[in-house]
Amino acid sequence: MNVIVCVKQIPDPALPGELDADNTLKRDGKLILDESDSYGVEMALQLVGAAGDGAVTLVSMAPNDEVSGLRTALAMGAEKAVLVSDPSLAGADALTTAKVLAGAVGKAGDYDLVIAGTESSDGYTGTVPEQLAEVLGLPSVTFAKTIAVDGGTVKVDRQTEAGYDEVTCSLPAVVSVTAGVVEPRYPSFKGIMAAKSKPVETVTAADLGIESASWAQSITNVEDAPEREAGEIIEDDGETFNKIVEFLDNLKVI
Amino acid sequence: MGIDNIWVFAQTTDGEASSATLELLTKANSLGGSVSAFVVGSAGEAAAALADHGAAKIYETGDLGGALPGASVSAAMKAVIDGGDSPDLIMFPQNYEGRDVMARLSVKLDRTVLTNSTDVSVDGDSVSVATPIFGGAKIVTSTFTGEAPYLAAFRPKSFEPAGGAGGAGEVVAAPVPDLGTTGGANVTAVHVEETSGPKLDEAAVVVAGGRGLGEAEKFDMVEQLAKQLKGAPGASRAIVDAGWVPYSYQVGQTGKVVKPTVYVAAGISGATQHMVGMKGSKNIIAINKDKEAPIFGVADLGIVGDVHKVLPQLLEALNARG
Repeated sequence: MNVIVCVKQIPDPALPGELDADNTLKRDGKLILDESDSYGVEMALQLVGAAGDGAVTLVSMAPNDEVSGLRTALAMGAEKAVLVSDPSLAGADALTTAKVLAGAVGKAGDYDLVIAGTESSDGYTGTVPEQLAEVLGLPSVTFAKTIAVDGGTVKVDRQTEAGYDEVTCSLPAVVSVTAGVVEPRYPSFKGIMAAKSKPVETVTAADLGIESASWAQSITNVEDAPEREAGEIIEDDGETFNKIVEFLDNLKVI
Repeated sequence: MGIDNIWVFAQTTDGEASSATLELLTKANSLGGSVSAFVVGSAGEAAAALADHGAAKIYETGDLGGALPGASVSAAMKAVIDGGDSPDLIMFPQNYEGRDVMARLSVKLDRTVLTNSTDVSVDGDSVSVATPIFGGAKIVTSTFTGEAPYLAAFRPKSFEPAGGAGGAGEVVAAPVPDLGTTGGANVTAVHVEETSGPKLDEAAVVVAGGRGLGEAEKFDMVEQLAKQLKGAPGASRAIVDAGWVPYSYQVGQTGKVVKPTVYVAAGISGATQHMVGMKGSKNIIAINKDKEAPIFGVADLGIVGDVHKVLPQLLEALNARG
């Protein structure tokens, strides 16, 4: 069982986001593994472990040959990675990203399943997994909260607005996983050391046959949103619940 | 030329159109030109409401027979477009079905997508959308530069629904063609989680809990307060991911967008992903131990204190009022 996991390396979400001169998200600092993707990596490792053979391969697109986040996922247990890094892809839209990842999947070798997060924590367009499936001509199941592989099919509990659906899907397929699908492991010291020598193949857009990347949208304005007026902030002295009662009373909700 | 043919991705439940559908139809209708609704499944009794909100034409796929909407509805849309009715703009709700269908269609048509938007404007042949970023601190305006159809997804509650538009509501079948290799996924069982009380995204009062509650059992205080205020309980993504409460409770980017009269955030720090789902609330009360928590930046009344002390006192005081 070979599983490919799409991972994104993003600016640390704990730091305030910044825009570049062209108003796209600033990504030239150190990037880390998007936490939303650690669930997919863990799920893939468990599926390959359960199958008893095969490997987990990572695919990623990032500027400046960035591998910090990939090393984290390799330290968790993935075997190898394909990284697409090309200045011409800076600010790429979701459709271009999906085409690039499909190209990277083609470089990653045989696979039974492709796993991705539902959306990244920085851009959160949330369309890439489904676009990737369409580019690859594969069936897909989005928003998986459990995944089990059974022969040539994958069984997924798919989160819905009202609850969940049980879905069966033929392989190969693309499955996007929600956060919380599994508890991601922490890389062990041994894993971290081993990750340093695991192969990362770095390719350009041209290597994937994508000659002139462009996308049909442009940012035409950025402005500060109107701020909410500052409210009253008070330290609890054991009596502040009365302020809440008063507040609710004034709004006539009690 | 101009933007004179707009489609709205439409969802119905038990013959009732979703509120997001009616919001988008209303907005589409205000942009001029003709508006079509593209219904997942059958329009049924919802057809009247779709027409009343501006739909001149109602495409319906009919029963999907267990196929997931992403691959199937996008194929049905593509078939209609190939048949000659090509829209200038297709508006989707930013939800599971909306974004899956839009994603598949974007590849079929080789068109870019703009998502998470809260407004749209048309200027001649040009279509722009406004999208809040950084938790709503900045608004980015993006313009489609290629050829139509333009594909855009909008957050729920971005527009006010209004009926009385008097669309013709002509129902036209748009069956799902053979899906080939993309049709391998099938729904074998549907599970609906029972909820009581008002719906989270419709309630006048929402009481939401976060990691500051400390443990799953303490969510009971949130439930009790919600019940006391005839509201709905909600949750931050952190405690949904931790498995304390079901996903249907989640408020935020990946959950529900709520705009209640009063939003009570208990033990929620206010991560970007949460704020975009509740920032539009008319009044916000926040209770959190950390006075630096971002939630206080949007609170009308902020209590810097321990939810384990303040909530029980509040419940007792409200109970005493009867």
